[in-house]
Amino acid sequence: MEVNSIERGIVIDHIRAGFAMKVLEYLNIDTGNDTVAVIMNAASRKHGKKDIIKIENITDVDSAALGLLDHTATVNIIEDGRIARKIKLTLPLKVINVIKCRNPRCVTSVEPAIPHVFHLVDAAKEEYRCEYCDEIVKV
Amino acid sequence: MAVLQGRDLIEPLDFSVEELDGLFDLSMRVMDRPGDFAKKCEGKLLATLFYEPSTRTRFSFEAAMLRLGGKVLGFSGEQNSSAAKGESIADTVRTVACYADIAVIRHPKEGSARVAAASADVPVINGGDGGHHHPTQTLTDLLTIRKEKGRLRNLRVGLCGDLKFGRTVHSLIKALARYEGMEFYLISPEELTVPEYVRKDIKGGNGSRCAEVERMQDVLPRLDILYMTRVQKERFFNEEDYVRLKDSYILDAEKMGLASADMIVMHPLPRVNEISTEVDADPRAVYFKQAKNGMYARMALIMALLGADN
Repeated sequence: MEVNSIERGIVIDHIRAGFAMKVLEYLNIDTGNDTVAVIMNAASRKHGKKDIIKIENITDVDSAALGLLDHTATVNIIEDGRIARKIKLTLPLKVINVIKCRNPRCVTSVEPAIPHVFHLVDAAKEEYRCEYCDEIVKV
Repeated sequence: MAVLQGRDLIEPLDFSVEELDGLFDLSMRVMDRPGDFAKKCEGKLLATLFYEPSTRTRFSFEAAMLRLGGKVLGFSGEQNSSAAKGESIADTVRTVACYADIAVIRHPKEGSARVAAASADVPVINGGDGGHHHPTQTLTDLLTIRKEKGRLRNLRVGLCGDLKFGRTVHSLIKALARYEGMEFYLISPEELTVPEYVRKDIKGGNGSRCAEVERMQDVLPRLDILYMTRVQKERFFNEEDYVRLKDSYILDAEKMGLASADMIVMHPLPRVNEISTEVDADPRAVYFKQAKNGMYARMALIMALLGADN
C-alpha cells in the first residue's frame, strides 16, 4: 500500500499497532476538513507491526497528550517535503483533564467544575497520581 | 512563625520539620501560660465547615479559637449547609471566606480540603477528608510524643491494631520517619499489615528501621511508645483467626506489666474495647492528655496561620 508523502504537516510514526484511532481522537484533529492518512498494522522492523498517522497542513499537536497515550511514538514535523523537526515524546509531568479519576471517594466525583489533575510518579511503571485523592493509575 | 502566615494545612507533611518544631514550641508555651494567649485572636472569625458529623475534632477547633479570644461560625452536617441545595464545595468556601478569617473543613470526599484551599483566599485547615488525611491528628500525636518523651528522635514506637486501613497510623509513621533514629514495631494480624507504600516511607526515612510482629507481648518490653488502634472483627478473613488473635490486640493491666516504667500509651480515640478501662488509671496512659494536647496544637496552628502569634 502506498500513501503519498506530504509537503507540510506532521507524521506520527511508530505508534503502537492498533492505537492510531485513539491517538487521532485525543489529538482532536478535524477529520472532516483536514487531510489525514491513517496507516494501521504497517510492517515494523522494531515492533513487528506499527501504526502511522500523517496529517497535512497541521504542525502543532498536543505532545503532552500524545506522550501520555504512546510515548514510544515519534513525531516528525514536515516543512517543504522534508523533516524540519523531530519531537521526542516523554510522559508529561502533569496532565489536566486527560485522565479521569475513577476513585468513587475522590472529590472529583462530586465537584463537576474542577479539573482532573494527575502528576507523574513513576515513569518506568507509567504511573500517575491524582492531585486530590492520591489514587495511583497506570496509563 | 511568620513563615506559616497565610498558609494552608492540607496534608500532614505540608510543614517542614523545622516549621513543626516552631509550632510545637508555640504549643508548649500556650500549655504553660494559656492566659498570655487569651486575646491573640480577638476580632477574628473561624469558620467550621463540617459536612459530616464530628464531635471531637469540631469541639477541639472551636475550643481552640474561643480560648484565643476569637469567635466561631459554621455548620455541622451536610443537610445544614448550602450543599443540600447543590452548591459546590468551591463556591461554599469562596463565600464563607468573605466572612471569616480562617476556615476548617471536614468532608467525606478525599481531596475536598485541597479544593477548598484553592477556592479560598484565607487559610484553610483540613479537618479530615474521608479516609485520606487528618493532619491535625498528626500534629496532636507528634506534640504529645514531644511533650511526654522530651524529643522526637531515637524512639522505639509500637503501632498496634488495624495498620492496613488506619489513616492516623499511616500519617504518623510518615511524619515520624522524617526524624532520625526511629524504630517502628508494627503489631498487627497478617490481614491488617501496613500497605507497601508505608514500608517505603519507613525505608526512605531518616535512618528508620522497622519490624513486623503479630503479638504485642513480643515487643512490649522494648517500646518507648505504644500507639493503639482498634481491630474490627469484620476485618478478619475468618472467625478462627479472630478468636486466636483478638486478645493480642487488647491492652490490659497484665500486658502493661510487661512494658517499661516510662513507656507511654497513646490512642487517637474513640476507644472501644482495645484498651481495657483498668489501664486508664496507669500514669503511662496518656490518651486523654493527647486529646487535650490536640486543642493546644490547634491553638498554635490557628495563631501561626493568622500571623497572630507575636
